Amino acid sequence: MFKKISLEPSRFALHFAVLVIIILWTLPTAGLLISSLRDKNQLAASGWWTALTSADRNQVGRMKGKADQGEKDGKFVIEGNLFEGADAVSGKVSAFGTKVQNPGANPAGSTVELEGGQTLTVNADGTYVLTSPTAFENDRGGRVFYISSQPPRFTVENYETVLFSQGIGRSFVNSLTVTIPATIIPILIAAFAAYALAWMKLPFRGLIIAIIVGLLVVPLQMSLIPLLKLYNAAGTFMGVPSKTYLGIWLAHTGFGLPFAIYLLRSYIAGLPKDLIESAQIDGANDFKIFRRIILPLTFPALASFAIFQFLWVWNDLLVAIVFLGSGDDQLVLTGRLNALLGSRGGNWEILTASAFVTIIVPLTVFFSLQRYFVRGLLAGSVKGG
Amino acid sequence: MTAQILYAFITIIVGVGGCFGYFYGSNWLLDRVLPADASNDASAVRNLKLQAMIRPWLFLGPALLLLTVYLIYPVIETIWLSFHGKAGEDFVGLSNYVWAFSDAQFRQSIFNNLMWLLVVPAACTFFGLIIAVLTDRIWWGNLARSLIFLPLAISFVGASVIWKFVYDYRGEGQEQIGILNAIITYFGGDPQVWISLPFWNNFFLMVILIWIQTGFAAVILGAALRGIPEDTLEAATIDGAGPFKIFYRIMVPQIMGTIIVVWTTITVLVLKVFDIVLTMTNGQWNTQVLANLMFDWMFRGGGDFGRGAAIAIVIMIAVLPIMIWNIRQANAEQGGH
Repeated sequence: MFKKISLEPSRFALHFAVLVIIILWTLPTAGLLISSLRDKNQLAASGWWTALTSADRNQVGRMKGKADQGEKDGKFVIEGNLFEGADAVSGKVSAFGTKVQNPGANPAGSTVELEGGQTLTVNADGTYVLTSPTAFENDRGGRVFYISSQPPRFTVENYETVLFSQGIGRSFVNSLTVTIPATIIPILIAAFAAYALAWMKLPFRGLIIAIIVGLLVVPLQMSLIPLLKLYNAAGTFMGVPSKTYLGIWLAHTGFGLPFAIYLLRSYIAGLPKDLIESAQIDGANDFKIFRRIILPLTFPALASFAIFQFLWVWNDLLVAIVFLGSGDDQLVLTGRLNALLGSRGGNWEILTASAFVTIIVPLTVFFSLQRYFVRGLLAGSVKGG
Repeated sequence: MTAQILYAFITIIVGVGGCFGYFYGSNWLLDRVLPADASNDASAVRNLKLQAMIRPWLFLGPALLLLTVYLIYPVIETIWLSFHGKAGEDFVGLSNYVWAFSDAQFRQSIFNNLMWLLVVPAACTFFGLIIAVLTDRIWWGNLARSLIFLPLAISFVGASVIWKFVYDYRGEGQEQIGILNAIITYFGGDPQVWISLPFWNNFFLMVILIWIQTGFAAVILGAALRGIPEDTLEAATIDGAGPFKIFYRIMVPQIMGTIIVVWTTITVLVLKVFDIVLTMTNGQWNTQVLANLMFDWMFRGGGDFGRGAAIAIVIMIAVLPIMIWNIRQANAEQGGH
């Protein structure tokens, strides 16, 4: 009886708790995405959670000077629109004033008396009328401080900017250039090695497997200095630049191999023994068995590894900044984003849009191939279970 | 740019073709040189034996070569370099290590790394476990897990931008556009410059890695939880154990092996953490960690390879116990085969 009653509130609490966790987890990314689509002035002025409400903004405008004055009913008049200025952001004026301390002194549409019998009217649409009993004498008009409320504005301008003038577009191509070969090359090499370690008779098999398991956790940092020296020496020896795409492809291949071999070996070793033995009895040699039987059956594991390696290489910063140059033709997305963080630290419209461009590819891969990804994760880490 | 795409495309074809070529070619050659259908039986048997001896090494060859060049040789070379000077020529004994342990920045990095090691794996495992248990009981659990899992696909640099925006600071009185400061000021607090806040700034950097890795922990632990036999849980319920008791007394002990795997995997990752610190603070405001310090010394003032190598060795030594444990674990499995 008691259980039945307490069930409902606890179910509710469960859903609620999960909901809260999810909101916490997705909020940072949501903020990034929303911000990257906002108008850059609005982005700098208000938080992204206010993106759907119109924002109040204190602005300042300068009225026209004596050259534009006219005469009307015996008075000198200057008319114009505050939103026509060079850096004014259009919107709706809600209040205005002539002192910087108090831009909200008068509601829009009202008329205020200024010194020397002058009057000023500012309307909601930004038009103003300044009248004076005597002729205006200043070349430049006076300043008006006003509060304008701006409707929310969403745009892809930020993306256009980062793709075409901040170098993100170019880096995108560079990242693809690094990632695709660095994902494909290790697969075949690892698959052959994994088969040999799983099903072929060879001396030192246990030792080789132990070394590969050991190499799984070797910090990349251990490899950087010797490889940098090696690359420099090889570059000088052959008279080619030491920072090349070929260099980074091979580096990523080398670094990815221990995991690839480990993952594929445990998968291939789990294939039924009869399958391989009956093929052997039929007279097929190991090369044939590998090609005809193992390779097609291993497809899910190959896909898992490919996704891992793709994400790893695409998201890598360390290997890229050590083994590739920082020129336009070699800087990858992560490196570019890191450089932008230094040079455009406060320009959130550039940073948010750039960051979203860099994460959109891995997110797409992740969502479309999540099943393989999870399977690889489980095979790779749930060991000893 | 088109030249680059073409270059990449050709290399893919050449590289993959080369791989295929090597495996096909070497196996064909083997079959040719040592024909299995030789004229007399004795030599056919001998050839088959020889083939079986040589073929595994043909399969393993490229992998072993790459592993040697890119991992094994560098490890040995780094050990050697750590006992040598700036350019790696003159032998200096232990002086790189002596320098390291008397260097304030190095000690700061060790201290920070220890904090990372204490906090991040524990937090990820803890949150991962909770999320795994909670999402296992609701019909939209898969969706929930994917969303929490999602940051795992984001690069550390991208995540740093996301969180730098969360931590963004504007002067007092200005409108805050970083959500953390906006919440603080909404409740009447003073906005803070989170990433230079002494001591605590380290934790604000750790949050990023926890945010990324919790999904990993949740998925792995979730799979392990589903592996617990239904009977065990039912028996406990019948015996009158409450949900918390079931969690602590039955679920956690049952999946202890997996918890250790998750914990150690994240520990190894934490030791190598580099991108987050580089992009958020570059080690300023006492947030330096070993991996970033090492990178610093590789290039700072033309680079000091000796000191950089010594720092790398310290990271390696920290990983060593986990490596040995993994190898023993793998060997035990081998024995069971």
